[in-house]
Amino acid sequence: MNSHFTAMNSKSLVSISDIGRDEIMSLLDSARRFEENPNRRLLEGRVVATLFFEPSTRTRLSFETAVNRLGGRVIGFSDANTTSSSKGETLKDTIKMVSNYVDIIIMRHYLEGAARYASEVTDIPVINAGDGANQHPSQTMLDLYSIYKTQGTLENLTITLVGDLKYGRTVHSLLMAMRYFNPTFRFVACEELGMPKEYKIFCDENGIRYTEHRDFSPEVINTSDIIYMTRVQRERFADIMEYERVKDLYNLNSAMLTDARPNMRILHPLPRVNEIAQDVDDNPHAYYFEQARNGLYARQAIICRALGIEA
Amino acid sequence: MTVSKQELAVAALRNGTVIDHIPSASLFKAVRILGIENLTGAVTIGYNLDSKKLGTKGIIKAADVFFPESTLNRIALIAPSAVVNIIRDYEVVEKFHVSLPDTIVGIVKCGNPKCITNNEPMRTRFHVVNRDDVTISCHYCSQVVKSIDAKII
Repeated sequence: MNSHFTAMNSKSLVSISDIGRDEIMSLLDSARRFEENPNRRLLEGRVVATLFFEPSTRTRLSFETAVNRLGGRVIGFSDANTTSSSKGETLKDTIKMVSNYVDIIIMRHYLEGAARYASEVTDIPVINAGDGANQHPSQTMLDLYSIYKTQGTLENLTITLVGDLKYGRTVHSLLMAMRYFNPTFRFVACEELGMPKEYKIFCDENGIRYTEHRDFSPEVINTSDIIYMTRVQRERFADIMEYERVKDLYNLNSAMLTDARPNMRILHPLPRVNEIAQDVDDNPHAYYFEQARNGLYARQAIICRALGIEA
Repeated sequence: MTVSKQELAVAALRNGTVIDHIPSASLFKAVRILGIENLTGAVTIGYNLDSKKLGTKGIIKAADVFFPESTLNRIALIAPSAVVNIIRDYEVVEKFHVSLPDTIVGIVKCGNPKCITNNEPMRTRFHVVNRDDVTISCHYCSQVVKSIDAKII
């Protein structure tokens, strides 16, 4: 009775762990071609739904730009308060209704697992644009594309993750996706926001080397190929004094980058607050704004894969 | 002496199913999972009986009922030590250990309040990630729980 769970909808992208090494590489290749030529009428005559049950302007604009540049049309909403779900309609009913109209659904939801469930109740592809604290695979694809583009490879890199490693879904997904590429990770965080045990077990099981650091030291910075910064949020701390103590320990400024490897690039999922000083923006190691632009190409690749369009 | 009385009680079943070696702490969860309260025939439930293996154990004896094996295996989640005896005409005609399925549907409530399964009228679904300590992971939100701590629906 549960066979339909796996049978239908194999082109959905709900979690980065749904796809293997070959599919990651083929998406990166496709993203590269979209970067060379982002305006191709591959979605002519197609209608895409962007269902944002919680607002996320950055992600929605990126997806909608991706569709528009490919000649597709977009319907949808950016706030669930304007939809029937505010009248108590189930997610299933909303998805079934929208499935009658469109070729693909891109959805963001505040509940974890919402995109997986949606992909099980419809036979059109569903792309997860973030489900609570759970998964956000298009962010991971744009991170991978940014790493691939700046380093020329995904293999054998040293990647330093900094800041909130406990709650940050982007660092968790990146860690999981990198398992195919023999990485070395450095986890730089305070005790409260350290990498959760289950991800360290994941590293051990997959032969991923990692070290943990309390200090964001020159030694760590100068031996990294990628430094992935994240925001330390005040609301994550039970003890406000502890937050005050650690909040500036994981900030990066331009002076700290003097002896960094020439190929090293700084990534950040954005928005940043003060964990990356403004003076880093003009440093050649800064890459976070280009990283956001790469999201467009990564998302064009993801949409075309889901619709079975050669790109 | 207690043991022989128990044996007598089991043997007294003419036709039906005896589920033995259920840890006491899991007995009533097992009763719920098997839907015992919906049965119309005679059911005997033993609780906190002496057990060499478990210290104390529970036992369920259901007359004239033969559960599908997949139903019985659902209790492996909370009682991996349970042994099923199928009785026909006072004889044990079949005896087997319950075995944990790879996927558990509609039994466990996800402990994550932000999980979709706690907010939609739908069945939960868990995957077994570690058979040794019976750890399961929510198919939807990926939250991991040891089955002994899991809340049964």
